[in-house]
Amino acid sequence: MKWIDYARPQTVAEAVQLLTERGDGARAMAGGTDLIVQLRVGRRQPDHVVDVKHIPDLNEVNTSGGGVTLGAAVPCHIIYNNDAIKDAFPALVDSASIIGGTQIQGRASIGGNLCNAAPSADAIPTLIALGATANVSGSTGERSVAIEDFCTGPGQNVLGADELLTSISIPAQGANSGARYQRFIPRNEMDIAVVGVGASVTLNNGSFESVRVSLASVAPTPLFVTEINDELAGKDVTDENIAKAGEIAKDAAKPISDMRGTADYRRHLCDVMTRRVLSDAITRARGGNVDAH
Amino acid sequence: MTTTREPNKVLSQIEYDVIGTRPIRPDGADKVTGRAKYSADFTISGAIYGKLVRSPHAHARIISIDTSKAEAHPSVKAVVTGEDLPKTVIGADGDRPKTSGEIAADLKYLRHQIMATEKVVFGNQPVAAVAAATAHDAEEAAKLVEVKYEILPSVTEVRAAMEDDAPVLHDDIEMTEFGEKTGRKGNIADHFQNKIGDPQKGFEQADVIVEREFNTATVHQGYIEPHSCTVHWRDDDRIFIWNSCQGPFNIRDATAEVLGVPLTNVKLTPQEIGGGFGGKFEPYGEPVLALLSKKAGAPVKMWMTRTEDLEATGPSPGSYVRVKMGATKDGKIVAGEAELAFEAGAYPGSVVEAGGECVFAPYDIPNAVVDGYDVVVNKSKMAAYRAPGATNAEFASETVVDELAQKLDIDPIEFRLMNAAKEGTRKVDGTSFPRIGLVEVLEALKDHDHWKSPIEGDNVARGFACAYWMNAGLQSAVNLAVNSDGRVSLTEGSPDIGGSRASISMQAAEILGIPSEDILPSVVDTDSIGFTFGTGGSRTTFATGYAAIEAAKDVKQQMIERAALIWGVAPESVQMDKGNIHAGNGAELKMTFKELAAEMNDTGGAITGRGSVNPSGVGAAFAGLIVDIHADPETGKVQILRATIAQDAGKAIHPSYVEGQLQGGTAQGIGWGLNEEYFMSDEGRMANSSFLDYRMPTALDLPMIDTVIVEVANPGHPFGVRGVGEVNIAPPPAAIANALSRSLGVRMERLPMNPNTVMETMWANNGSSNGS
Ligand SMILES: Cc1cc2nc3c(=O)[nH]c(=O)nc-3n(C[C@H](O)[C@H](O)[C@H](O)COP(=O)(O)OP(=O)(O)OC[C@H]3O[C@@H](n4cnc5c(N)ncnc54)[C@H](O)[C@@H]3O)c2cc1C
Repeated sequence: MKWIDYARPQTVAEAVQLLTERGDGARAMAGGTDLIVQLRVGRRQPDHVVDVKHIPDLNEVNTSGGGVTLGAAVPCHIIYNNDAIKDAFPALVDSASIIGGTQIQGRASIGGNLCNAAPSADAIPTLIALGATANVSGSTGERSVAIEDFCTGPGQNVLGADELLTSISIPAQGANSGARYQRFIPRNEMDIAVVGVGASVTLNNGSFESVRVSLASVAPTPLFVTEINDELAGKDVTDENIAKAGEIAKDAAKPISDMRGTADYRRHLCDVMTRRVLSDAITRARGGNVDAH
Repeated sequence: MTTTREPNKVLSQIEYDVIGTRPIRPDGADKVTGRAKYSADFTISGAIYGKLVRSPHAHARIISIDTSKAEAHPSVKAVVTGEDLPKTVIGADGDRPKTSGEIAADLKYLRHQIMATEKVVFGNQPVAAVAAATAHDAEEAAKLVEVKYEILPSVTEVRAAMEDDAPVLHDDIEMTEFGEKTGRKGNIADHFQNKIGDPQKGFEQADVIVEREFNTATVHQGYIEPHSCTVHWRDDDRIFIWNSCQGPFNIRDATAEVLGVPLTNVKLTPQEIGGGFGGKFEPYGEPVLALLSKKAGAPVKMWMTRTEDLEATGPSPGSYVRVKMGATKDGKIVAGEAELAFEAGAYPGSVVEAGGECVFAPYDIPNAVVDGYDVVVNKSKMAAYRAPGATNAEFASETVVDELAQKLDIDPIEFRLMNAAKEGTRKVDGTSFPRIGLVEVLEALKDHDHWKSPIEGDNVARGFACAYWMNAGLQSAVNLAVNSDGRVSLTEGSPDIGGSRASISMQAAEILGIPSEDILPSVVDTDSIGFTFGTGGSRTTFATGYAAIEAAKDVKQQMIERAALIWGVAPESVQMDKGNIHAGNGAELKMTFKELAAEMNDTGGAITGRGSVNPSGVGAAFAGLIVDIHADPETGKVQILRATIAQDAGKAIHPSYVEGQLQGGTAQGIGWGLNEEYFMSDEGRMANSSFLDYRMPTALDLPMIDTVIVEVANPGHPFGVRGVGEVNIAPPPAAIANALSRSLGVRMERLPMNPNTVMETMWANNGSSNGS
């Protein structure tokens, strides 16, 4: 491993300045659970690591007004131990509590999960399903980006070299809403999603008002399957309609075959997991509980 | 355990004082507090750090190696290549004898594997090495070594490598068939055959015949501690090695042979070991670090990354196994036929012979034929892994046996009991069993609450399999020295992997009649004890324990003589019993062990005892496993709900550590069965060389594994010990497969049975390609 400069800015402005000065040679780091592994195997080779997890703004959790704004460096364990989040956003807890294991969750952030832009990232489908936005600061000011537009390819995102993710805003979910994230892995922990599905539903009596489904590990970026909403909105909550959603997810998926699963198997899982996840989201929308993982 | 069977009266019913109890292991506190020193913890002043330069290609000709840029790096102290390994040759055909490693590898190949010249034959194969002042500098400098390759097509799968038009790894491999050279060049190094009776006639008598072909993936031992070592080539030409290994003497000898130096120039001091399972019998970095150390004039330390360890040390072979068995309608197996082809890795010498011995061994089959093929492929040379060869072979045969039982509508355990091997049963290799405990193992499980419990729930099912492993004997030495306070120092040469310091001390303590806590065991370096074969083959408690018994008897005899001297009586009139020494009626002439020890220094000096053995009475091991599974019909994922393993230990010296072996082996077997595999890229490289993607079971993937220790004493050991370390890994894949056939109705012919494979098998059965 080569020598790397390390900086620990205390403010967003300082961090943006460092990133701007160093350009492509610099890399932000939150929990480091992706970045340090990538440095060790030589997959990323920055000259400068800008450790942003000591910036107070990036560690804030604001749950006023029914939504939540998560500082970009807030680690998973803070999220799943926060009562307001547990209550309003159980799907976020679904994601935060399966990323790595206990030790990883002590450091790993949702912001890092998003910026790392892995097709398999376990938080991104949830954020897409919940309609979240990424708040970004750069040398020319601030902007917000819908999560579904954030990732541009495996390991790539919309951020410029001078830009920093500062927070993620998740809007308040209406009454009769419920969301869920589940992934399929061959083991029961410590694994990368063969397929992951995040879904949120808003119900209107016995029918779907809106449905947002996003898939992990079946395309170069997390996939937002808007066709499911097109098909289901206004329709009754029935097994047939849920099965339709599964079929649409399966058709939308563009998986590859690799060591974690063949393309055929992944497409099949899109169907199975979409049905299961939607059913759980519906249960939650109706005030019920679902099993942890 | 409640059974109606005849209790084993041979030896196991004998009451012992120490044996069969559960004292705290001598190394326990250090291990749980983190004080124990493992190989990577070893420090020595002046050490520099080594790094191997490895091939990015699985099969390529080396055009050139340019080390000049690495040598110019300011921190670099030495650079070596394969050309620096001596090409010492002895013997008529230009080769030195095989080494004493557990899987004997021809020295020429061993040298080439350690650091290649001319061509590379597996991914991540070392071609050069650097030593630098820091580990990071060594890593950076290794990247400066410029190697030009001409890439050759590679073959990484055993059946593909056997094809006539397959890429050929070595132009000097000529197939041996039934012990004779055939002149046939290619990747098949050896073809052997074992036969008993008349298989063709046997099949004619059969009412039911089942035949299936199986393929199993390459797997790794998955020990937690990667290979690491420190080597110092001193200016007196002695080469000191501190490493993590199973066989200090095996690696000492192999390292000396590769370096072309006298054996005893090398001294190896084994450190605490974080697991081996067969993968730490061979030298990898040791000879290279020796060369670097000689050039640099300093000790050189190196540890492998998990990726290096997975791709370029010694995994366990992927295999092809075809098994055909026939039985009469009243449940007698009358014929068997098996064909096994095992990956040897890049150099000849797989464990296919062991697999061939195991495949039918649990059964009394009058007519059987077994063909085995040893095949080189572009993967690292395979090493041993816990009952090497048994799991591959018995996954196949236990599946076929289960299917026969299903077809005949006979209970799977009952069917095995009807055909079980016993004392006198001849195996297909022609040898016959002494007293063995398969019947007792099967009965223990048949009577177990688990087997009798109802199977409840959708897609929940139960499977059963059993297995055989031969176990090993081989050489061990133990020295004992009595101290004047009555405690006894024990020195041995068996690295302690599974609690063997405890189980060896207990055997000496039993003979001496003292508490096991009064024995102070040390695993010492190769200068300090007689040749001891490595910890493997389930041999340590059996053979090193045997040596400890001999050494303790030696001490006992001398204690008696010393007491006789003190008392002025004839030694024949002195007795030593449960640690008390007495003569005559014992009223006046009596001393405790401690009292006599206190007199020792004034009556001739310390008493030392020695034991050195190469015991022949190895007791074969049998185990059986019941598993309950749930299989998800939509995803193909298998969850193990309950597991119960029974195994014949002969005599469990320390029952807790026997139970630990049974559970550990079962856990590894479950991993082998469900998810572990080398996933090779089209270029012949291992794509999943990390524990994230090489999926061993985690704590959440395993149930509590219940154990039943069966004790049918081995007549070949003073306390009846059979090795217990290995056979337990073999039943799980077949037991799970057998359960799957009852849960989802699919017969699995491929390992691992990961969810993807299970679904594909279901789709194939339904005649659809992707479930749609
Ligand atoms: C053992 C292990 C298990 C894992 N298991 C899972 C799993 O189950 N599921 C899963 O999804 N992931 C898993 N991961 C990956 C990783 O833990 C997660 O992606 C985690 O959420 C990353 O967060 P982090 O804070 O550690 O990110 P970091 O490693 O700090 O950063 C990740 C990337 O984001 C960039 N970045 C971070 N913060 C910012 C910012 N504020 N602005 C701009 N760029 C930024 C970094 O430059 C880097 O490229 C695992 C990792 C390990 C080591």
